[in-house]
Amino acid sequence: MHRYVIRRLLLAFPVLALSSLIVFGLMRVMPGDALIALMGESGNVGEKELAKLRKELGLDKPYHEQYLIWLWQMVSLNPGDSIFTNEPIPVSLKKAIPVTLELAALALIIGLVIAVPIGVLSATRQDKPADYVGRVVAVSGLSIPDFWLGTLVITFAAIWVHWIPPIGYVSIWESPSRNLQQFLLPAAVLGFRLSAATMRMTRSTVLETLREDYVRTAWAKGLAGRIVVYKHALKNALIPVVTIIGGQLGVLLAGTFVVEQIFALPGMGRLTVEAILYRDYPVVQTNVMLVAATLVTLNLLVDLTYAWLDPRIRYQ
Amino acid sequence: MATVPAHVVTFDDPRAASIGRLQSLWRTIRRKPLGAASAALLTVIVLMAIFADVLAPYDPLEPHPEIRLSAPSRAHPFGTDDIGRDVLSRIIHGARISLWVGLLAVGIGTAAGMLIGLVCGYWEGRLDLIMQRLMDAIQAIPGLVLALAIVSVLKPSTTNAMLAIAIVIIPGNSRIVRGAVLSTKQNRYVEAAQAMGCRHPRIIASHILPNVTAPILVIASIWLGNAILIEATLSFLGVGTQPPTPSWGLMLSSTGRAFMEQAPWLAIFPGMAISLAVLGFNLFGDTLRDAWDPKLRRRG
Repeated sequence: MHRYVIRRLLLAFPVLALSSLIVFGLMRVMPGDALIALMGESGNVGEKELAKLRKELGLDKPYHEQYLIWLWQMVSLNPGDSIFTNEPIPVSLKKAIPVTLELAALALIIGLVIAVPIGVLSATRQDKPADYVGRVVAVSGLSIPDFWLGTLVITFAAIWVHWIPPIGYVSIWESPSRNLQQFLLPAAVLGFRLSAATMRMTRSTVLETLREDYVRTAWAKGLAGRIVVYKHALKNALIPVVTIIGGQLGVLLAGTFVVEQIFALPGMGRLTVEAILYRDYPVVQTNVMLVAATLVTLNLLVDLTYAWLDPRIRYQ
Repeated sequence: MATVPAHVVTFDDPRAASIGRLQSLWRTIRRKPLGAASAALLTVIVLMAIFADVLAPYDPLEPHPEIRLSAPSRAHPFGTDDIGRDVLSRIIHGARISLWVGLLAVGIGTAAGMLIGLVCGYWEGRLDLIMQRLMDAIQAIPGLVLALAIVSVLKPSTTNAMLAIAIVIIPGNSRIVRGAVLSTKQNRYVEAAQAMGCRHPRIIASHILPNVTAPILVIASIWLGNAILIEATLSFLGVGTQPPTPSWGLMLSSTGRAFMEQAPWLAIFPGMAISLAVLGFNLFGDTLRDAWDPKLRRRG
């Protein structure tokens, strides 16, 4: 296991380094200059002020120096200030990250609660009406855009039950009930989208496991159907499902970008989209890099868990 | 000496593969009603996009303030928007944008991914190692986030959204092509061709490429749905297609959200159009996969 962990870690570092190069490179190929674009939009600014700002932001240095400085800033958790709001980026991140984490965790739980039972039901009732309904739910989860579902949910909650989610973010520690009122709908929208792929995977792996010899033996022993399905089949069928959840983390993070925008939640997604619209590139490059680093780390953890669960993987 | 009758298509004939593929697709569509439904749905959307000028009852850009925010009626089946433009006509023209962006993005992304996958899988070695790490690095950033970052760097527009989506598609496609090339390379006929002294481009073009076209087409059809979804999301967030061009995502964000309580049809119909188009491509992709490449089922 040690060798496997070291090998995976050695593979993760170059990926992160390359991702940082991509993000940094992207921000530097911006046509013209980020500052000129920003100043052009904000009004008349003299050459002198522009040169001063450029110097302050380190944009007058050669690219490789800028990259190393930025890398050091990222590693030392001090990625500078926003050009637009002048707020230090760690301060805005400290406010935004808990929002996104809570949304993502709730969505993941809701997604699993929807996906696993429907997936199992679909598999145990293969080609019966319940299976068709389950499959249609899964395919619609993949096809209905989360921004549309979010918009509809807000609209119809307001029209039919005259309910609008409370405005102004409240943390879960301040008022858990108000916080849940704000988070439940967006998490459900995101969870529904997330459940689609997991549902399809659960269905196909349960179907496959139900045909295994040991499951046939369990039936032959005269065990109750529920025990055969939940204790014998589902337990083994869930291993590949863990991997697909790992693969879904990207979808989950990207989903928070859209859903936070619709439900006005001040998370990472909203911060990044606003930074993109204002071309606030220090914020954009920090946030995108942070998302990439989180994903690489989470995927590494999923892989390690998987190798721990299934020893065959370590020796490949 | 026995001769092959002129009407018989032999296995050496590249037509044989394409005829076989069309037949197996037709068989799958006939066997699976969802496949037929998705093919019909896609045909309607494609025809709508091609004949938008003829089919749209009104000009999608012409405002009629006197009938602003009118509810669906016989004259305007999907209602009108905040400046009195016909929503149905805008949706019909929006199909053109969605399909155009989807097809071009997937075309560029697939071609580039195929080229990288072919080169990496065929030659392997150090180049493969570097390219694969680069693909890992691109894939480490979620597709939508990467597309957002790319569009922010370029400038919000339909063309740039399309380019961003194409870049997002490349890594996944190159992986699949690389895998298919690696397994095809193990075949005896490739070894034989190498032993006979065939040049690399010829081996790739006539022995390896025909074996990787099925997975490429299947993945491309599934990606088309995703590309339409990403374009709609980018436009919804304000960094894709810009007004007044009718794009489904933009219609939802600009007027759909602003007037959602007063005029819910402004949000319902564009969203339905996006969902149906994505659903059509997803189901059709599944059908293609069942017909051409059942091995991919586990990976999908």
